[in-house]
Amino acid sequence: MNGKPLVSIISAGMSKFGKHEGSLGREIFSQAAAEAFNRCPKLDPKKEVKAMFIGHMGESYEHQGHMGATIADWIGMRGVAATRVEAACGSSGAALRTGIYAVLSGLSDVAIVGGVEKMTHRTTAEVTEYLAMAADYPFEQFHGITFPGLFAMMATAHMHSYGTTEQQFGKIAVKNHHHGSLNPKAHMQKEITLETVLSSKYVAWPLKLFDCSLISDGASCIILTKPEIANKYTDQPVHIIGTGQATDAIGLYERESFTSLRSTKLAAEEAYKLANITPDKVDLAEVHDCFTIAELIHYEDLGFCKEGEGGKLVDSGATTLGGKIPVNTSGGLKSKGHPVGATGTAQAYEIYLQLTGQAEKRQVKDAKIGLTHNIGGSGATAAVHIYRNDQ
Amino acid sequence: MSIPLPVEPFTIEQFYKFLQQGKLMAGICQKCTKIHMPPRPFCDKCGSQLFSWVNISGKGKLVTYTVINIAPQEFQDLTPYTIGIVEFAGGLRIPGMIQDVTQEQLKIGMPLVINFDTCSPPQQWPFWQRYYFKSL
Repeated sequence: MNGKPLVSIISAGMSKFGKHEGSLGREIFSQAAAEAFNRCPKLDPKKEVKAMFIGHMGESYEHQGHMGATIADWIGMRGVAATRVEAACGSSGAALRTGIYAVLSGLSDVAIVGGVEKMTHRTTAEVTEYLAMAADYPFEQFHGITFPGLFAMMATAHMHSYGTTEQQFGKIAVKNHHHGSLNPKAHMQKEITLETVLSSKYVAWPLKLFDCSLISDGASCIILTKPEIANKYTDQPVHIIGTGQATDAIGLYERESFTSLRSTKLAAEEAYKLANITPDKVDLAEVHDCFTIAELIHYEDLGFCKEGEGGKLVDSGATTLGGKIPVNTSGGLKSKGHPVGATGTAQAYEIYLQLTGQAEKRQVKDAKIGLTHNIGGSGATAAVHIYRNDQ
Repeated sequence: MSIPLPVEPFTIEQFYKFLQQGKLMAGICQKCTKIHMPPRPFCDKCGSQLFSWVNISGKGKLVTYTVINIAPQEFQDLTPYTIGIVEFAGGLRIPGMIQDVTQEQLKIGMPLVINFDTCSPPQQWPFWQRYYFKSL
């Protein structure tokens, strides 16, 4: 038997990802919270939830900081201890980890973790600038380096070291759009062809427009409790059996490698150890595909294939629905969308649906063990979580 | 009694000040001799907080690169522009723009040199002057 449950997910909710014109982040989060509350009628949130952690990357988007209290206020939870957690695009993966601390500490038997970002009302140039704030300002942004630029430099290095191709990057985009076409909450529910990816314009060579994830609005919300009392709220709890979080140099240029993220490796090592499993036991995973090259690197760092063989794994089809280890069945950041602060717990939402048999057209058969992997910035933060359904 | 000479602080601002004087400088840990560029207050190898400045040769090689087409407002007039990470002796690396090299000429491993006399410093914080890289 693998690891013992650390905490249990008793409910989850997610807004549709995409353009929410006319709504503020707090209102979008309310949609995710409403779904989570409605799924779990036995929970009295106002009475039983003692801690809330909200992933939110940037106050620039909506001129709104202090998102912990703002969300608590707007979902009818004034009074609760609520804190914004920020780790760039890894904010809600870190919020999930923080929620686990809260429940395990005994200070809060029930905790809400989630995330939100409202981005689509901004121009691409503005979003590019705000996202870049998660890099190393004095040596990266200051010299005109963008986020696509950082991942492009990893792609250049991967191509140089292992012969990985732009076609292989493109296949990841095609796969994730195929998965997203099956997800009614995805931002872009549309199949694309490899030709579409390869003929799209370069954003930062060798990455093209269709190698990049989407700029989206959205929110996600997960409710955690102690495993011993999970059955009080639901007969379908999903247990978190592994958690790992780690950091690396804030600047890409100081990392040991440009073709691997040490933060992912450290976080995965911690999570696999707690869960007492090896990577081959994972039935499906949601990984941080902010760019196609990122997903390919994560395959290697999470142990789904050997170093340098990410391209081959894509070619084999193993990570497509129906394959050996389906990755990003939700559509991933690429097609489901990437409202940055919401992404980590949106990954947990997908795994929750999959492990409880509620993923409809994209359901992975007999899924027992799922994994989520969320990174901040160019990988200075990584959070990995492992989930199991005991039924 | 000898009074120690004042030492410039091991800050990023000081790193850029040295560049403006035409010097590429790094912090060397007085305990374990690990060199840190950019300088920092704690040695990431031994934890020491004692450093000295050391001069680094501005000749290095390109280790990875990209060409940016979509840029933030501030850099939009420059697109497309090339960015690379350059490695100097001892494995020290910093990123920056590469000028006067075409995309076809870019090659991992090619020798590049840091250039200090760049355009005028920005009008807003930070008031540092941007260096760039060019071919030897």
